[in-house]
Amino acid sequence: MAQRLDFERPLQELEDKITELNAFMEEKNVDLTDEVSRLQKRLSKMEEEIYENLTAWNRVQLARHPERPTTYDYIDRIFQDFLELHGDRLFGDDEAIVGGIATFEGKPVTVIGHQRGKDTKENLRRNFGMPHPEGYRKALRLMKQAEKFNRPVVFLLDTKGAFPGKAAEERGQSEAIARNLIEMAGLTVPIICIVIGEGASGGALAIGVGNHVHMLENSWYSVISPEGAAALLWKDSGLAQQAADTMKITAPDLKELNVIDEIIPEVKGGAHRNIEVQAKSIQQALSKSLEELTQLTKEELVEHRYEKYRNIGQYTFVTDTIGLK
Amino acid sequence: MLKDLFNKKKKYATVPSDKIKQDVPEGIMTKCPGCKSIIYTKELEKSHKVCVRCGYHHQMSAPERLKNTLDKGSFKELDADMISENPLSFPDYVERLEKDQKKSSLNEAVVTGEGTIDGHRTAIAVMDARFRMGSMGSVVGEKITRAIEHADKEKIPFIIFTASGGARMQEGVLSLMQMAKTSVALKRFSDHGGLFISIMTHPTTGGVSASFASVGDFNFAEPKALIGFAGRRIIEQTIREDLPEDFQTAEFLLHHGQLDRVIHRADMKKTLSKVLMIHGNRGER
Repeated sequence: MAQRLDFERPLQELEDKITELNAFMEEKNVDLTDEVSRLQKRLSKMEEEIYENLTAWNRVQLARHPERPTTYDYIDRIFQDFLELHGDRLFGDDEAIVGGIATFEGKPVTVIGHQRGKDTKENLRRNFGMPHPEGYRKALRLMKQAEKFNRPVVFLLDTKGAFPGKAAEERGQSEAIARNLIEMAGLTVPIICIVIGEGASGGALAIGVGNHVHMLENSWYSVISPEGAAALLWKDSGLAQQAADTMKITAPDLKELNVIDEIIPEVKGGAHRNIEVQAKSIQQALSKSLEELTQLTKEELVEHRYEKYRNIGQYTFVTDTIGLK
Repeated sequence: MLKDLFNKKKKYATVPSDKIKQDVPEGIMTKCPGCKSIIYTKELEKSHKVCVRCGYHHQMSAPERLKNTLDKGSFKELDADMISENPLSFPDYVERLEKDQKKSSLNEAVVTGEGTIDGHRTAIAVMDARFRMGSMGSVVGEKITRAIEHADKEKIPFIIFTASGGARMQEGVLSLMQMAKTSVALKRFSDHGGLFISIMTHPTTGGVSASFASVGDFNFAEPKALIGFAGRRIIEQTIREDLPEDFQTAEFLLHHGQLDRVIHRADMKKTLSKVLMIHGNRGER
């Protein structure tokens, strides 16, 4: 049974009660089926109410669920013949980003993603999925390799951000991110990016400039984490829940702002409830995107990406009543 | 907590900036943050706003920078009338923008256009840290992108002076996407053979450092300018160790191979002029 989040507690209580009643029926041999089915009805109604009215913060909680599937979980289920490739050829191998070659529905692709750990030990090794410059430069090496051999690139985004550390700054964290943005802008193969969990800031965008950008229903993507936003804007990271709302960071928000293409629906209660089914729906979205994008020529792919990002943003011009001039 | 008793870390006292202002007669005198001496504002302006005693590079506004860099009367501004919207309906954002518009006499945190440097035509963008800390939202991203496209169309170089705290929080993910927007424009410009010179001034951090500022054909910076991705305080909290004093300064970046040169403000125009001269003599591409 998956670990429950605070907003799921009423469901948990009801489920416990049903289990209790079932056990009681068996033990004492009394018929309580009416009562049980009444409770079950109430449970599914409650589930509907909770999962269809998730707040932005609830989605952040789901995106951070300890059992939430990671890049490897999806690679195993969506791709075949995955062969992981390591290192940036300059400094080292950053395990916060993983990547390699594989086949997808029989066709060669390169797949790259942020990789969190499943436990503390692995998280230390993978730096909680927060890359150093060598991680971004590994991604760059692999995407240039993909371009050379005309393979589409699939990026899976899931990070709390690029790592804020001394070594990262010394080795040019800014340049590593900036370089990837430039190179992704000009890549002559299809790029598809999918936010599978958390998408924080330049650390996410550094593998996020795609022809198509999709988000899982309960993932989030923004310029900063809700905690960071609350600390910066209101000097109180405790206001993260409010920031999650104000900053417009959910998949529906980003769809509304025209930043993403598709929202990939999640299994009821979150991707961790059924990884197989979740992987299937990601595969379908990927399949559709690839079919569409492989129709385009190299020049058209670059042009398509140019147009997509060229048009993001909202601005206006001075009228008599506002502005200075 | 008990361990706080043994915490030897110095607690730095900060002087509120309002107090500094009170110490110094408004306008006539300026207190140098570098050596704390009181300088005549007029004298400071004559020396490119560099302290003659300690070499501290005082912050320059965008109009001052343009005056200091371009040939007299050569600047033609683009998109001066572009202003921000409030796409997330962020509380107080509009009021803050209006306040900074009054304070800076600018409509947004970047001024763009074209002009000449010793006769060499160039497109130019200058960020102004007085406006929302020079942060990049939709307008800053759009104006820079248009300036790059202008350079591309006119086949002239593009020069930017950055000064920015990073992405503008109040426009959320739209601010983040301006990093991608300016990048697609720069890539196209670069593919067409365009010359891009980035000059990082104090401060250049976050999303601006992690996009166009770091990918010039030439990366220059002013002495002692703060340049980096993550904030010093965040890094100290994360790695729990003290950082070297020169951490994230222009000199630190030069030492770590991230910059071509650190250039004193008095030498900036002639250095840019030299690059443009050599570039201009490259023959047909």
